Amino acid sequence: MRPLDILRFGLMSLGSNRVRTLLMLLAMSIGVAAVVLLTGIGNGARLYIVDQFASLGTNLVIIIPGRAETASNTPATLVGETPRDLTLEDAQALSRSELVARVAPLNIGELHAVRQGRERQVPVLGSTTSFLDIHHLEIALGTFLPEEDWDIARPVCVIGPKVHQELFGRESALGELIRLGGYRCRVIGILGSEGRSLGFDTQELVIVPVAFAQMLYNTSGLFRILVEGKDPETLPRLKKHITETIAKRHHGEEDVTIITQDSVLATFDKILKTLTLTVAGIAAISLVVAGILIMNVMLMSVAQRTAEIGLCKALGATQGKIMTMLVSEALLLSAIGGVMGLMLGFAGAFGIAQVYPELKTMPPVWAVAAAMTTALGTGFIFSLLPARRAARLDPIRALAGH
Amino acid sequence: MIELRDISRTFTVGGQEVRAMDHVSLAIGAGEYLSIMGPSGSGKSTLLNIIGLLDTPNSGTYMLEGRDVTSLDDKQLAATRSKKIGFIFQFFHLIARLTAEENIELPLMLAGVAARERHERSAPLIDSFGLSNRQHHKPDELSGGQRQRVAIARAVINRPAVLLADEPTGNLDRSSGAEIIDLLERLNAEGQTLVVVTHDPEIGNRARRRIRVVDGRLAADSGG
Ligand SMILES: Nc1ncnc2c1ncn2[C@@H]1O[C@H](COP(=O)(O)OP(=O)(O)O)[C@@H](O)[C@H]1O
Ligand SMILES: [Mg+2]
Repeated sequence: MRPLDILRFGLMSLGSNRVRTLLMLLAMSIGVAAVVLLTGIGNGARLYIVDQFASLGTNLVIIIPGRAETASNTPATLVGETPRDLTLEDAQALSRSELVARVAPLNIGELHAVRQGRERQVPVLGSTTSFLDIHHLEIALGTFLPEEDWDIARPVCVIGPKVHQELFGRESALGELIRLGGYRCRVIGILGSEGRSLGFDTQELVIVPVAFAQMLYNTSGLFRILVEGKDPETLPRLKKHITETIAKRHHGEEDVTIITQDSVLATFDKILKTLTLTVAGIAAISLVVAGILIMNVMLMSVAQRTAEIGLCKALGATQGKIMTMLVSEALLLSAIGGVMGLMLGFAGAFGIAQVYPELKTMPPVWAVAAAMTTALGTGFIFSLLPARRAARLDPIRALAGH
Repeated sequence: MIELRDISRTFTVGGQEVRAMDHVSLAIGAGEYLSIMGPSGSGKSTLLNIIGLLDTPNSGTYMLEGRDVTSLDDKQLAATRSKKIGFIFQFFHLIARLTAEENIELPLMLAGVAARERHERSAPLIDSFGLSNRQHHKPDELSGGQRQRVAIARAVINRPAVLLADEPTGNLDRSSGAEIIDLLERLNAEGQTLVVVTHDPEIGNRARRRIRVVDGRLAADSGG
């Protein structure tokens, strides 16, 4: 039998029972659409996060006090010592390298911000001038932290627009005083309303000089140090330089953890990819359900078409030919259902992209391929049993069952 | 051309053995016109099915055109059915969603013949069987006689060695039945070997050679 004839014969037989065919198409297309749509959403979420990180610049290195992985093995922890703090001096020492573009020491805490009876709990972040550029923040009004010695605890602050609105309403805040955790400090700038960075909503942030923050939190340590390399190429050298510099300053102990954007990004990427795969896998189960439906309906169809199958055998069709005809019919069904599902899935992805423009819900190519392969695969596998049953029919009995 | 030697066929129904064919030997020459008659349940259809390779005997040998076809594998069986056997059934067995023309061409389609050649071979049959104005109709738009003519055209499109008909008029009124027999006899006159199973003596007696089957045995053979 010629491929074109098999196709035509299959289409005709699908067309002869419309309700049955439509039902199977529906099941198949919903399965494929689910795979495509869910992977699209997962992938969109991944791209969104990757994008967020990439906007920080890939040559950023974050130094955290304490050694993450091998902490329990160092002699210091064995005798019960806590890791040495990172200090402003450490940060200053790091900034004296030709590999480094900028350094921003960082302290973070929550404090009460009070002004004329209005009060609000805000995250207060202590840093230096370079923080503005490292985090791509914008100043809407006034100035950012002054460029001066890091250990000057000047009582000034830059506030986010939301903090401004809540403490001052519509009044101007520039030059006004607010109380932060018992200290008075002057507002010198208002942040732009742009965005979010590294988990902070900059809209409700208060930024103060790092030395002032240390005073507010009564500490000499730092939460972390951000180092921006001059060139992403020299990042490995920069990491080595940082490790050595800190070790030298900490009596030979390598008691810090160095995180690069790349490694954080890679971790997130991996997590989200796994998540997407899992979701796609769950959706693929619906395809298998569709496959089982196809099997049942094919069995019914074989029972209904017993006489026809017997006739084909009597007219000289081999068992292989009968199987080919029936399996092709199932594959045809899967293919049509699959294409319908793709259209449905892409339409859904497009719809979501309209509602959430920042989420690029484009289903990845591998998901489209996997959904189609699974659709065709289940169609194939689950049609084998009915097709075999048909192929083995005894033509006399098949023709007699009139 | 057809030679059955000592053919037996038993069925087991509810633990009980039914001997549908009991040591039957029969030879049919090329171009013969043979009728098989006998009471209901005597084994006429079983004999025809064995000749038509739809059924396999439990014992005995079957030679078709000098070749032993008693136990063929699925592929050989299908190929022999396709090339050597033309079968006509009491209930026509046309495929409802196919047109008359497509039904006629079905054996060629199954054999992988190209559409153009299929058409070239079905066209003269459609013409000579008086189906010209009906070729694009579906079976349910055809009369019983027309349906059986489509079925006969389908049976002979591959120029089979033998044309087998099991009660071809059993589902038709008298006049269409007579038409069908006329058509079959016309084909026989052109050289087509023809075997007709019938319980209607009027039809059976028209055959040149008449066989009578009783209880799975040949009870009478008018010659050959
Ligand atoms: N598939 C079958 N299974 C069991 N018994 C059968 C089968 N086919 C035929 N028989 C039995 O074999 C005998 C001959 O049947 P058949 O050849 O159909 O007779 P006829 O065509 O002369 O009426 C009957 O007794 C019938 O019941
Ligand atoms: Mg019978």
